[in-house]
Amino acid sequence: MGQPVVETTDLTKVYDGFTAVDKLNLRIDEGEMFGFLGANGAGKTTTLLMLLGLTEPTSGSVRVGGKDPTREPIEVKRLVGYLPERVGFYEDMTARQNLFYTAELNRIRRAEADERIASLLGTVGLSEVADHPVNTFSRGMKQRLGIADIWVKEPKLAFLDEPTTGIDPNGVDDILKLISDMGKKGITIIFCSHLLPQVQKLCSRVGILAKGQLVADGAIDRLGRDAAGAGRYRMEAEVDAAQPAIVDVIRRVEGVRDVEMTGNVLGITADKDLRGQISRAIIDSGALLVGMRVEEYSLERIYKRYSKEA
Amino acid sequence: MYAVFRKELADHISSMRFIILFLLVFLSAMFAIYIAIQTIRSVVGPTTEFIFLKLFTTSGENLPSFLFFLSLFIPIVGIALGFDAVNSERSSGNLSRLMSQPIYRDSVINGKFIAGLTVLGIMILGVVLIVAGLGLRIVGVPPNGEEVVRVLAFVAVSIVYGGFWMALAVLFSVFFKRTATSMLASLAVWIFFFFFLTVIVGAVANAVAPVDANSSIEMIVRNATLEGSLARISPCTLYGEAIVALLTPEVGSVNPTLLVLSSYSGRMANPLPLMDSLLLIWPQVVTIIALCAICFGTSYIRFMREEVRSI
Ligand SMILES: Nc1ncnc2c1ncn2[C@@H]1O[C@H](COP(=O)(O)OP(=O)(O)O)[C@@H](O)[C@H]1O
Ligand SMILES: [Mg+2]
Repeated sequence: MGQPVVETTDLTKVYDGFTAVDKLNLRIDEGEMFGFLGANGAGKTTTLLMLLGLTEPTSGSVRVGGKDPTREPIEVKRLVGYLPERVGFYEDMTARQNLFYTAELNRIRRAEADERIASLLGTVGLSEVADHPVNTFSRGMKQRLGIADIWVKEPKLAFLDEPTTGIDPNGVDDILKLISDMGKKGITIIFCSHLLPQVQKLCSRVGILAKGQLVADGAIDRLGRDAAGAGRYRMEAEVDAAQPAIVDVIRRVEGVRDVEMTGNVLGITADKDLRGQISRAIIDSGALLVGMRVEEYSLERIYKRYSKEA
Repeated sequence: MYAVFRKELADHISSMRFIILFLLVFLSAMFAIYIAIQTIRSVVGPTTEFIFLKLFTTSGENLPSFLFFLSLFIPIVGIALGFDAVNSERSSGNLSRLMSQPIYRDSVINGKFIAGLTVLGIMILGVVLIVAGLGLRIVGVPPNGEEVVRVLAFVAVSIVYGGFWMALAVLFSVFFKRTATSMLASLAVWIFFFFFLTVIVGAVANAVAPVDANSSIEMIVRNATLEGSLARISPCTLYGEAIVALLTPEVGSVNPTLLVLSSYSGRMANPLPLMDSLLLIWPQVVTIIALCAICFGTSYIRFMREEVRSI
């Protein structure tokens, strides 16, 4: 376990009577890739704004890198690269000029900035259009430029707000790849999205926000299990020819709670991942094990439930 | 702040807006010169002092002087340079990005304001130099030291005045989300002060202290004093008084009361010395600076605590 780089305590934001973020307690460790899920209007952007000091919390406290963003906004902004929802650039300036301006605002020396920007534009696949004005760019290109833009300052943390919204599927893959590379470099990432599959693909841990409240927070696989099987594992084993006796054989394996058979497929509920023991039991019983897998409980069920409510 | 300043300055100078504004001001300068050439011979007698200053102040029969053009265009230029300072950043989605960089919020406003002021300064100084240069060739009388100081002071006051309109436009750009709204609001304020206020002030003064053909001097003075003080809530009036005092030293006063009196008594034979002129306009200049500071302060207060959300 590393240090918490983002920590909020009872963080609340109220807009004239309407509670957008409600007593949020988040703790994100260094190097983590945190998926911040929630339907539109759940309060994700508002939370990010408070983490950056771009809006003041109504109550509660925030620490980013140990600093209070309201009191020490500059220090926090030095650490964090923020990719806003629907990021915008100076349309008449070229991609390179836009990044250069960011470098200047971060007081990066010219020679260093030149080099860094050229290599970043290569990384995000914009080398060829580096000197074209941004108003000729597609949404996806702008979004990739946005990722290069937060990289210019070499941040310790990156807050990405809906980075894939409004982009075609190929573009989405490019962006997810860039984010995943960023994560591999050890940057702590908060990835806000209302799209579960993308978050699931990248993040080890998610928080689900609904109506400003954190309704789930944890590792993806654990959250899935919690949602579907009250903390239990579900496995499926396929055998060549199912004998009714095999059900009893598996039941006798320690930790197995329940077995049901449908055709050649056995549905097994257990306290933990018992694939090893179960496969031995099946083979010992004389049957042939054709395949076995742990049922992936997608978060979809809980996520759907909460998004509907919201 | 320096980075913001540099970018904004480069933006301004390469922008279409700047070129249009400059052409506008340049053409008006040409026009003013033309008028001055047409009429200056008839104004200037053998004993006339400050011939050089006449270049700026001489108007034709029905044609306005350079001063008039300038007092018309400075607010327009100021507004044009400031009305979209903040809200265009917001609507283009740049503000969130900008505000997440390690810079102070006020440095964004400061950088933009100083860049605008620089452009304004270049423009005014440029036009005045053009008029002075061309005028010099035509009139053939070089300015003396006092005239140079007066012209420079005039340039400085003009920049301050333009700065006020820019600060007002920046203020509206902070308050209104749409650039069209902030532009119209700024123009509305200008039109009010420039065109309507004199009418309103005249009406109020006449209602409070009516005058007619039989009125005594006291009554006329009262009317004029009232009108003068009321008109001074307008930065246009303040600027007008200041530049008249600077460029026409023989007028001798910005005070309408004294003007009225002197036109009765035939005073004001001698032009006012430079120091006196400067002292005379000092309150006006300070007031314009104060108005500018009020606009600026209000922009700060609003902008510093405002939520920066991409829309
Ligand atoms: N300035 C504001 N004034 C009032 N309500 C707001 C304001 N900004 C956001 N909200 C409300 O707060 C809620 C959360 O918004 P937001 O954080 O943008 O959600 P998300 O990013 O998860 O889609 C929304 O219901 C929105 O309508
Ligand atoms: Mg959002």
